[in-house]
Amino acid sequence: MFQEKEVCACIWCKVGENEMSGKLLFGKLWGDHGQEALESAHVCVINATATGTEILKNLVLPGIGAFTIVDGNRVSGEDVGNNPEKLLDNDPSFFNRFNLVVATQLPESTLLRLAEVLWNSNTPLLICRTYGLVGYMRVVIKEHTVVESHPDNMLEDLRLDKPFPELTEHVQDYDLEHMDKKDHSHTPWIVIVAKYLTKWFNEKSEQLPKSYKEKEAFKELIRQGILKNENGTPEDEENFEEAIKNVNTALNRTEVPRGIEELFNDDCCLKLTEQSSSFWILVRALKEFVANEGQGSLPVRGTIPDMIADSSKFIKLQNVYREKAKKDIAAVGSHAAKLLQSLGKAPESISERELKLFCSNAAFLRLVRCRSLAEEHSPNSCSKDAIISHMDNPDSEIVLYLMLRAVNRFYKQHGRYPGVYNYQVEDDIGKLKSCLTGFLQEHGLSVVVKDDYVHEFCRYGAAEPHAVAAFMGGAAAQEVIKVITGQFVIFNNTFIYSGMSQTSATFLL
Amino acid sequence: MADGEEPEKKRRRLEELLADGMAVDGGCGDSADWEGRWNHVKKFLERSGPFTHPDFEPGTQALDFLLSTCKVLVIGAGGLGCELLKNLALSGFRQIHVIDMDTIDVSNLNRQFLFRPKDVGRPKAEVAAEFLNSRIPNCAVVPYFKKIQDMDESFYRQFHIIVCGLDSIIARRWINGMLMSFLHYEDGVLDPSSIIPLIDGGTEGFKGNVRVIIPGMTACVECTLALYPPQVNFPMCTIASMPRLPEHCIEYVRILQWPKEQPFGEGTALDGDDPEHIQWIYQKSLERASQFNIKGVTYRLTQGVVKRIIPAVASTNAVIAAVCATEVFKIATSAYVPLNNYLVFNDVDGLYTYSFEAERKENCPACSQLPQNIEISPSAKLQEILDYLTNNASLQMKSPAITATMYGGNKTLYLQTVASIEERTRPNLSKTLKELGLVDGQELAVADVTTPQTMLFKLHFTT
Repeated sequence: MFQEKEVCACIWCKVGENEMSGKLLFGKLWGDHGQEALESAHVCVINATATGTEILKNLVLPGIGAFTIVDGNRVSGEDVGNNPEKLLDNDPSFFNRFNLVVATQLPESTLLRLAEVLWNSNTPLLICRTYGLVGYMRVVIKEHTVVESHPDNMLEDLRLDKPFPELTEHVQDYDLEHMDKKDHSHTPWIVIVAKYLTKWFNEKSEQLPKSYKEKEAFKELIRQGILKNENGTPEDEENFEEAIKNVNTALNRTEVPRGIEELFNDDCCLKLTEQSSSFWILVRALKEFVANEGQGSLPVRGTIPDMIADSSKFIKLQNVYREKAKKDIAAVGSHAAKLLQSLGKAPESISERELKLFCSNAAFLRLVRCRSLAEEHSPNSCSKDAIISHMDNPDSEIVLYLMLRAVNRFYKQHGRYPGVYNYQVEDDIGKLKSCLTGFLQEHGLSVVVKDDYVHEFCRYGAAEPHAVAAFMGGAAAQEVIKVITGQFVIFNNTFIYSGMSQTSATFLL
Repeated sequence: MADGEEPEKKRRRLEELLADGMAVDGGCGDSADWEGRWNHVKKFLERSGPFTHPDFEPGTQALDFLLSTCKVLVIGAGGLGCELLKNLALSGFRQIHVIDMDTIDVSNLNRQFLFRPKDVGRPKAEVAAEFLNSRIPNCAVVPYFKKIQDMDESFYRQFHIIVCGLDSIIARRWINGMLMSFLHYEDGVLDPSSIIPLIDGGTEGFKGNVRVIIPGMTACVECTLALYPPQVNFPMCTIASMPRLPEHCIEYVRILQWPKEQPFGEGTALDGDDPEHIQWIYQKSLERASQFNIKGVTYRLTQGVVKRIIPAVASTNAVIAAVCATEVFKIATSAYVPLNNYLVFNDVDGLYTYSFEAERKENCPACSQLPQNIEISPSAKLQEILDYLTNNASLQMKSPAITATMYGGNKTLYLQTVASIEERTRPNLSKTLKELGLVDGQELAVADVTTPQTMLFKLHFTT
């Protein structure tokens, strides 16, 4: 069988002899601990065509610890043991040693077998494929928990709506009415908002300013507090301007996010066992903190944004938040220790570092659970409704997924992919269409796929154009890094890229 | 099979794999294209399809064009540039030119994969070209170790397509201005042969974007200047007297203490790669921080601040360069309709792309062919015009030089970039336009790093 091999001139080099480099360069992205996780990981990549080698390159460059390539296409006189099918036949436990398996350019039947083995051994699997101008990824992980999700738009945790006693005490020490000009202009805006909130409660309303009108009135109240010179014109007090600007976000209600509540009600949290991961034990400890010391709130995060203030005032204020955070962390820690004890686990199984990281990220914890590949493929459990609904737009990227399924079916029936040779294209269009129809019928998918897509997929002839492989190589590598470092959030569970329209979409199938 | 602890071993293993792969494909002995080499590309060029560009005609001419005629310029041989070069070479492009003014730094090695530790110090463009030319048969990358501003019109005119992987907005605006200056209008109608498409990619951490610019037709870089927010630096008063963060302390030492104390000799510039320099900055930063009770100054942070290390990761560069290369391919072959015209990418939470059509600005200084007007009172000072040129969101000039044609000659009103002329012309800033002899309708010629062409502004006096 003629095999089209991409000329893979993907070359890479490890970050030099300088050991510090990896940590220096990636410290800002995923921290030392993330880099360490990456450097101790062992990943398996199946098939080293353009897609596989691109993924590898993007893992080797940031410092992946080790990799193993399983390539069934190599005709170099070696033992045929280096072949995914044979491995699944003879030694499926081979895959247990890896932190993650990346399977590229594999036929559906092999994927289903591989996915079953890995699902049972709880080894994360990432499927990646380049087919013409279409890229496809499917992540299969039973459960993936993320402490450091690094959300893009993180609101500060200032507690101005529910000030803790130490904060109230600190704010009380300020007497805005009787400060000299320099101090007045260098008072942190958090203190200003807190002070004026008290004034608001005394003069205007018992409730926090909520509506647009109320917030504007509150801002005006603050504005009145700006010092005026002898002529009555307001001085230039940047800190007051900061306070006014921040009113919109600073008064947000402190509450436990819905996602975190869901974690609290998850079986894994409610029913802890010896096998429970530290993540779930900490979630439970967090839940107990919220119900007790937290009085309905998560532990104080302990950080404040930079703001106009003199050094001393800023540091003092920052320390108020830091100290409170420390207290809250200790309380969570004590709940965790009790839980560990009741489970017969050593108190050291959760380190101080882990506890701190968990508490400061308590509002951003994330959980991803993927459906198995078998579930997705079985006509009884496939995501009929979701697919039909997406196909309301007949050009939705979901149609590309359906075509890939059809192409897989074609391969199963004919032992090859459609349109590989020019002379095959015309006839294969009809054959591919029947494969598509058969697939749709079998899975109860009452949708209409435009003939244009059938034609286009025959045209592709299972090509693996480098630019598309490179896109998928980058996309897939980053998802692998997310799984290994446990930071940032992976997609769930199917990602489709169209190089033709330069669009992409994620589907839960 | 399983490979492991040593990086050198890992690299050699991979190279073995590739060498095997190339041998399987058949005969790399001579430099001829082996059977099946461009199969993946041919499928898109020799077969008709339902989604192709209206101008597309299947046949062998498109591949021939790619392999023998098409000339592409890659600007930048860094993170994006390396990826772009590889992608283009593996997609059939042969006449690839690459320009980059930098040399290789050890911090580049984690993503600029055409470079090895032994190449540190050598020009990026040259090493990249060497590497690809020796690995990819028939590939002819031509390097230029130069600033883009060092090359003239005739250099840029030779290319069919230009693709950028730059890290500077100024450079982007410059090349944008250059291409806009090529546009030729005949009776108000744009001559298509004067258009050189520009594909521009940018990345930062886990975010990236790609834009396709067809000069004279789509939005250009200047049209959408507002999309590039001005860089924020720490205010000087914070650094000088009111530090709160460890970064403030480090910047204090870097900006104020180093020039004052000249610790390594008179006139010795701070070198971010010299560990002794960094150590000095670090120690002094610790002292400063302890004065203000600020915690968090570390050697690592010091290095990061001094070297202005922007986090960069191979995967984002790979994705963005891939999108760029696909667009270059589409435009060169008319295989598909190109991206119209801006794509953003972010993989912090799952993966997200969004494409939209950035709109042209009606009075864009670079591509609209309309004169730029300034409405101003004759009693306004020249300083006001300077401020307008630098602060206006659509202009964002860096250090504009202003001249006017007066009394039969060119009078330099203000120029910052040469110290002696700056001193001489500085008093003009506090003179009114009337005092300077400027009249209603006067044209001012403004030169700046952000544009290769002098920009003309017309003064309209308000009463």
